[in-house]
Amino acid sequence: MEQSNTVSPRIFFSTLLIAAALSLVWGLMSGALPLTSAEVWRALLGNGDEVASEVLWQLRMPRVLAGFACGGLLALSGVLLQALLRNPLADPYILGISSGAAVGALAAMLLGASLVFVQLSSLTGAMLAILAVFGLGFRQGERNIYRLLLTGVVLASGCGALISLLLTLASGEQVKGMLFWLMGDLSHPQGLPLAWIVLLAVGAGAVIFSNGLDVLAGGLSRAASLGVAVGRWQIALYFSAAVLTVAALQLGGSIGFVGLMIPHAVRLLGVSAHRWLIPLSVLLGGSFLVLADTLARTLWSPLQLPVGVFTALLGVPVLLWLLSRRR
Amino acid sequence: MKNVTSVAPMLQTQSLTVAIGDKVICHDLNLTIQPGECWGVLGQNGAGKTTLLRTLAGLHAPQSGTISWQGEPLPTHTRRDLAQNLGVLLQSESGAPQGDNEFWGSVLEYVLLGRFPHRATLFGYNADDEAIARQALVAVELADWAQRSLNTLSGGERQRAAIAQTLAQQAQCYLLDEPLQHLDLRHQAQAMRVFSQLQQQGRSLLMVLHDTLWVQRSCNRLLLHFADGQVRHGLAQDLFTLENLEALYQCRLRELTVEGERCFVPST
Repeated sequence: MEQSNTVSPRIFFSTLLIAAALSLVWGLMSGALPLTSAEVWRALLGNGDEVASEVLWQLRMPRVLAGFACGGLLALSGVLLQALLRNPLADPYILGISSGAAVGALAAMLLGASLVFVQLSSLTGAMLAILAVFGLGFRQGERNIYRLLLTGVVLASGCGALISLLLTLASGEQVKGMLFWLMGDLSHPQGLPLAWIVLLAVGAGAVIFSNGLDVLAGGLSRAASLGVAVGRWQIALYFSAAVLTVAALQLGGSIGFVGLMIPHAVRLLGVSAHRWLIPLSVLLGGSFLVLADTLARTLWSPLQLPVGVFTALLGVPVLLWLLSRRR
Repeated sequence: MKNVTSVAPMLQTQSLTVAIGDKVICHDLNLTIQPGECWGVLGQNGAGKTTLLRTLAGLHAPQSGTISWQGEPLPTHTRRDLAQNLGVLLQSESGAPQGDNEFWGSVLEYVLLGRFPHRATLFGYNADDEAIARQALVAVELADWAQRSLNTLSGGERQRAAIAQTLAQQAQCYLLDEPLQHLDLRHQAQAMRVFSQLQQQGRSLLMVLHDTLWVQRSCNRLLLHFADGQVRHGLAQDLFTLENLEALYQCRLRELTVEGERCFVPST
């Protein structure tokens, strides 16, 4: 089916594939030891010099793959939550999942736990938040979903108070680590292969069921009268988005902006059918986060800045421009 | 002469009781909608017309009684099977046509959603679906707006897009909740012409209306929904009287007859 007035989704998709490849290559080239594209190419083929290969495979490859997966996970989670909550302000953090994870992580940091325990504790916090919001806020067959949304927002603000408390109790040295966690940081990604599996599996599933997502966006009662089992779809969307968010949190903490704004950027460029919105958002989110992360770790090198700062600094002007361009 | 009773009823209710919370809005209703019938539903605001229509569509659980589609109770049909046969046009959920959905796509994409129950594959719509959607847009005079973004349309244009979406469903029976809301006179007439064509094809319609002119022109059956939960239904010619409508709306009315057409206006 042809698309409305603006960019053709096929051209958009091809452009983003190239952008994704370029962002990954640039991420592999940049760092304390700059590599040329030729050096990267040789190291990828396995006949580069030893230092270049070591840097590429041990340090940079995991980092750019984590950045790309994290961006894709957040963008996809944003698309699914905006469809579920029927609210343009929905993002992966709106239902309190990341706040639960943050409370878990910061509490472990305060107790001086090792990195593994910090991650486990944040995972536990996220799981508890997911189950609490679902248990308290979801009613099957309800005509609107505001109860779920409000439960999530209330839980998130409660966790926000706990986070402030934990930051106050922490020593100066601990506070810095906590702030990095809160702002999002890709230097200690956990569960990278699993994150990619989650991204590809949920992404493929969402594309396969994309027609149903379009119908849901057209109104809940209407969707029911068109044969969509609305309650089951809502449950599936909620837990898919939750799994995506948890995988992203394990990779990079709570990186802001990507999950909220990437789907809107794609829509503002004229693509809103989920069949295209999903793959385009994943590609744009992934490339964008690799770009932001590469800037974050090279611009003030050797100082590494939290990537969340750059997602907002780069993304806000672009989005404001897109918004103003559209009457 | 054809024996009308031998035709299988489309939608039928048996001792149907519908309630919203504790408030019973209709009690022990036995309604039979036959092919080719056009039902007008009249009643005061808040009488429960929308809830009754949602119940008939299987979107609201009745308190007791059964609803059957072609002789079989609604729950025995799959959702998709029902959606292929039963077209439902709802009032926008927030009351305002602008606020009720998060649909960002074009008008054509919106109308194509009506093909969802008929889609041949899980992945996308085929050329036939698009042709049907474009035909539906022609029927509501929105063909030139196909590529416009839905959320740039006015209230009346959106209502026409919603009608087109329901038409694209190509159902056997249509349940329409205030299909003429927000429409100007020309497009009211246009929409009613389209509905009459559906009726002539042997499909059946049930629509909630407030304008008695359209009821008298198009409906051969009437369902009067009183505020106290009483429902009277039958042939339009029997029920379409000044006394009934005054009792229904609880106000004084005047009957006007213009070139053989009767309509009712509030007396001053």
